[in-house]
Amino acid sequence: MALGLRAASEGKRTIVCEVSSQENASRMFDHTEVGFHEVEMEENLWSISIDPDESMREYVLLQLKVRAMRDMLFRSRIFSYLAAATPGLKELVTIGKIWELAQLDRKVKQGRKYDLVIVDAPATGHGIGFLQTPRTFAAIARVGPIHSQAQQLDRLITDHEHTGTAIVALPEEMPVNESAALEKELRDEVGVAVDRVYLNGLYPERFSKAECESLRELADGENGAARAAARAAVSEHQRARSQRAQLARLRRRVEAPVKTLPFLFEPELGPEAARRLSRRLG
Amino acid sequence: MPELGEILDGKEICICAGSGGVGKTTTSAAIATGMAARGLKVCVLTIDPAKRLADSLGLKELDNTARRVDPALFEKQGIEVEGELWAMMLDAKATFDELIARQAPDEESRDRVLDNRIYQQISSALAGSQEYMAMEKLFELHTEGDYDLLVLDTPPTRNALDFLDAPKRLTQFIEGKSLRMFMKPTGLAAKVAGRGASVALGIFKRIVGFDLLADLAEFFNAFSGMVDGFQARAKRVNKLLADPGTCFLVVCGPQGEPIDEAVYFHRKLVEAKLPFGGVIVNKVHYPAEDLRDGDGDLPTALAEKLGDEDLAQRVAANFSDYQALAERDARNIERLAKELRAQGVIRVPYLDEDVHDLAGLAEVNRYLFATGEERVAMAAGRA
Repeated sequence: MALGLRAASEGKRTIVCEVSSQENASRMFDHTEVGFHEVEMEENLWSISIDPDESMREYVLLQLKVRAMRDMLFRSRIFSYLAAATPGLKELVTIGKIWELAQLDRKVKQGRKYDLVIVDAPATGHGIGFLQTPRTFAAIARVGPIHSQAQQLDRLITDHEHTGTAIVALPEEMPVNESAALEKELRDEVGVAVDRVYLNGLYPERFSKAECESLRELADGENGAARAAARAAVSEHQRARSQRAQLARLRRRVEAPVKTLPFLFEPELGPEAARRLSRRLG
Repeated sequence: MPELGEILDGKEICICAGSGGVGKTTTSAAIATGMAARGLKVCVLTIDPAKRLADSLGLKELDNTARRVDPALFEKQGIEVEGELWAMMLDAKATFDELIARQAPDEESRDRVLDNRIYQQISSALAGSQEYMAMEKLFELHTEGDYDLLVLDTPPTRNALDFLDAPKRLTQFIEGKSLRMFMKPTGLAAKVAGRGASVALGIFKRIVGFDLLADLAEFFNAFSGMVDGFQARAKRVNKLLADPGTCFLVVCGPQGEPIDEAVYFHRKLVEAKLPFGGVIVNKVHYPAEDLRDGDGDLPTALAEKLGDEDLAQRVAANFSDYQALAERDARNIERLAKELRAQGVIRVPYLDEDVHDLAGLAEVNRYLFATGEERVAMAAGRA
């Protein structure tokens, strides 16, 4: 969402797509659920939650051109069964919808033109499979319209000029390992460009080592609020330090430039927090 | 508040569920370690493609065979493992292949399925196949009966419900009754089914291409001899999940969204009549216990003690940030406890060091298995 805000503030018409009906965007902006609609959250910033079933309906309509025929098709049990049984079809139509959003010549009636489409992709293990769907699908369906469409989607994903990925990591041992592995897989196996790695939730370094020593004494001795406060400071120092070590590891292990995003000490993140993060992106 | 050791007492299966990124793998490993320390022979299974479990147990690699974790490693961390700890990482595709080999009436039908391109996609990529295979392996290990307790670290799903639905979705797919009927165009069913269905089939064929449809038909034909076996097995797996010897634990974080998910998941488990054990909330910011008794102006008090006004300001600001997070966590956990009627909420604090090795695991383990008094003592010792 912060990336979306950033692009929007630069005057780009931007849409953020969620693909697992999480509705994080609407939650963050205190908006009612957006669903399968393009909803404006801020100036130039839109949001959509891509539902595979809705994408399928839209896709079939675009293929058949006749609404009544489409509806008849969706009422038929055999069709819904086949659609569910075909491996990867859901992911494929989801990526198809993303592709459609990115077109300057939109397929849906009165579709807006976007300069930038941002996708909140599924988590690591599933993300790779998701991006590889078009290629696997093109291999299964050797002929027919869906074969060439799947190839077209794969070309979009691997088009380094227009498509890129950003990896988001946390400053902890295992997420750093996973991000390094993910970058390699995205580059070598999926063939998509990796433009940036964001290290999210980095603690500020509020205290120096020397300061921490005197705080440690206070944390061991005193009572009451002063002790608790000193303990919190020592914890913060330790966390910030081990996070810096993870940042260094991440920088050594990935090829793409690493940018950091601060941990926000706020109970729940709202639009204001997203705006603040967006100013730190670039 | 019940203790984890009590919750798991006499259980044969413990399933850790929850969304990704909440420390589920570490928690599963810590639970398995704790129960092994109590003298049981425990095996922890994961299906995580990111090899987190191997990382946290100090194992170089995990594959479809169980490997024993060297007890000497735990002794170094001050945990004496009286029982045995084993770990296994599931290879979903290999498990599926084994299952086919077992269910196939003969070699020819086995190879027909294994060689089918649709099968190859399903066994490795279809959503749900990983979850299904996790259950399958669990069932197999339980039947073999080599372990006292099996701990399953479920695959990370963004929607916790997927995990419960996945096996059903996959078995329905494999059964493919209605589809198989239509696949035989000369059969009686096609005539009975009428025009609507054949039009639908025709349109589908036009969209995805004849090739794909032919592969699907071949897949269902190859599978037809195994459907009954699959159904029978799925029934037994479901029965095992609902057995009182099974225990579902939900793992989550203290932020609003993970708590919402835990609440939701608990409801679903209850609805499905599955044995719910408790919720483990990880990375909780504990509030300072010895506060609110009028300590006066904290920055001034700190400045006096530290002799540094600027530092005192920063310490106070940092403290109030932490307190805000601790209050949020406490509110969220209260909401969770209310939903569960105070039944089984176990908190693990946000530790100073990132948990990724045996030392971290040992610490998580101490919190998970602490008794009521120990827990109070440990919480008081923290900021």
